[in-house]
Amino acid sequence: MTDHQERPGEPLDAAPPSPELLPAPATDLTDGNWHRLHPASPLLRGGIALLAILGVVLANLRERLIEIFFPTGFESDDPFDLLLETGYLPWFLAGIAAVLLVLILGFYISWRMHSFRVTEEVVEVRSGIVFRTNRKARLDRIQGINISRPFIARLFGAAKLEINQAGNDANVELTYLGSAHADDLRRDILLLASGTRRAERAAETPAAGGTIEQRVSEFLAPELDPNAAPPESVVKLNPGRLLGSIVLSEGTIFLLLLIIGAIVGVFTTGEIYPLFAIVPAILGLGGYLVSKFLRSLRYSIAATPDGVRVGFGLLSTTNSTLPPGRIHSVQLSQSLLWRPFGWWQLKVNRASRSSARGAAGEQNTTILPVGDAGDVARVLDLLLPDVADREVIALALSSKGAVDGFTISPARARVVRWFSRLRNGFAKVPGGIVLRRGAIWRDVIVVPDPRLQSVALEQGPLARSLRIAAVRLHTVDGPIFARIGAIDQDDAVRFFGDVATVVVDAGRADRSHRWREHPA
Amino acid sequence: MTQHLELADVEWRRVSPKLIVAQLIGDGIGAVVMLGLTGLLHVFFPEWRILGIPVAWTVTIIVALATLIPLALTPRRVRAIGYQLRDDDLLFRRGILFQRFVAVPYGRMQLVDINRGPLSRALGLSELKFVTAAAATGVTIPGLPEAEADRLRDELVELAESRRAGL
Repeated sequence: MTDHQERPGEPLDAAPPSPELLPAPATDLTDGNWHRLHPASPLLRGGIALLAILGVVLANLRERLIEIFFPTGFESDDPFDLLLETGYLPWFLAGIAAVLLVLILGFYISWRMHSFRVTEEVVEVRSGIVFRTNRKARLDRIQGINISRPFIARLFGAAKLEINQAGNDANVELTYLGSAHADDLRRDILLLASGTRRAERAAETPAAGGTIEQRVSEFLAPELDPNAAPPESVVKLNPGRLLGSIVLSEGTIFLLLLIIGAIVGVFTTGEIYPLFAIVPAILGLGGYLVSKFLRSLRYSIAATPDGVRVGFGLLSTTNSTLPPGRIHSVQLSQSLLWRPFGWWQLKVNRASRSSARGAAGEQNTTILPVGDAGDVARVLDLLLPDVADREVIALALSSKGAVDGFTISPARARVVRWFSRLRNGFAKVPGGIVLRRGAIWRDVIVVPDPRLQSVALEQGPLARSLRIAAVRLHTVDGPIFARIGAIDQDDAVRFFGDVATVVVDAGRADRSHRWREHPA
Repeated sequence: MTQHLELADVEWRRVSPKLIVAQLIGDGIGAVVMLGLTGLLHVFFPEWRILGIPVAWTVTIIVALATLIPLALTPRRVRAIGYQLRDDDLLFRRGILFQRFVAVPYGRMQLVDINRGPLSRALGLSELKFVTAAAATGVTIPGLPEAEADRLRDELVELAESRRAGL
């Protein structure tokens, strides 16, 4: 580990505080020295409050100012009149000015005190003026890196980089960085994390062009850098399908029922008020659906050398990179409404909780909000490269019965699996375990072997009388609950034993925490 | 007679029978408190009837059954708890009516907890909790003699060290 001790008195300004003026090579940020964030960060993070204070003061003063310049005999009794009459106005203004000054000074100091460094082993951030915080995160434990660009920050050419670690509230945030640097820094961090040595890295060519040009080109640049990923690996979301998937969701059905209910209410009671009662609900739900749609525009998933990159957003953009081996389980699900169109949704369990929202306003565990079988197959290729026999998964989407190595529920389990007995089953494929469930609400769960934490075999009294049992695969917590019930008792015991063996072997062979160190 | 789930070739290590005492006392206190609460019905609403059924007595009988039956099953429940250290993983079982078997590879261990409540401490017992990255794993071995729990903890940590895996 290269340990760069910070020497007191050494000017930190050697690091580029304004990246657009000093387009330093991206590698500078990971040299193990302390660096500062984007100079506009405090403003972007807390400065909105400052603007709001100014706004309130000005709004209150507006009529007063008009009165000064155009005397119309305007009378009111707002606090300013009171201040004016008692003669305290100058003091009051001085007070506001002082508060603003302190705030600005505070922002400046907090920017000076907020710095980060990236060494071969850790990412470290320290911040705070009075209460100092220092957070260190090990690179080989990185679960993913998000870069999000809220609209206003994007105008300033700033981006927020969030390094996901396993656990709750265990993320390292760099808010904000220069936009151009964020992508490079992420690549460099992932390179370091992958176990590649520094010397292997090619020198970066600094970006050319003036500040304004650069800002404009950044803003207009495609969401995904065409050089970052091979185009055949890119999965895009068709806006029409996205719209359709949102329309055919529980939310809109609920909305329709609500409207119908209100109309019926109007006709039966002869009163108009039920209509008003539902207006807030319609506005709320409608707004939610619209934002869901807007957030998912320009959606893409692509394979980059250091993991799967999921990006989306029109005005505020977000993209996250998941290094290999950070997907703990995958669930494909299809509601009855989506079945005629062959649409599927893909969710994953990840070890980290991120504050950033995922596509379609969903949790960021929803990797593919909607896609057809082809999209699903391609995304699975990206997410589960180590699970061989991915055709079995693709077939499992609609297959039924004991085909492709699936073991299904016995006939006597019909009483607990009315419709889905033939579909309810499990299969072991090289590198993973596939659970297939549900005839009406279909879903398929894949758990890669190296990510399994433990396995449980369960049987309650009802199941015992039917000689069936359930097997549950434990992975890190998330939206996916990998449990397969109503399996023949003997099959379940055998499955439990097989999985227990497989987990041990896979855990031993797994090297994905330093994914490039031992190329398999 | 339906058959319980059983795994082949497993020699279960059982927990201390003293756990029966600890659980009986703990659950017994709970039962007394619950029955005491139903006693309030007898004091304040002794004549209350719904459809001719005396409410106070009905409630008391239901509560008594709900607390005393599990109490009576405690010895069997404790005897059903078992664990085994296999070469590469820890196997754990519990439950008679609701049976549960869990297999956890040592390498998946994140930490081991040892807890002692006041009652267990008086009886010299400890509870060992094996924590992985998945909250659902839920391997908690109660009723281990203190020395045994400490020894098991050290053994588990050592095994986990030698078989370390990522998340």
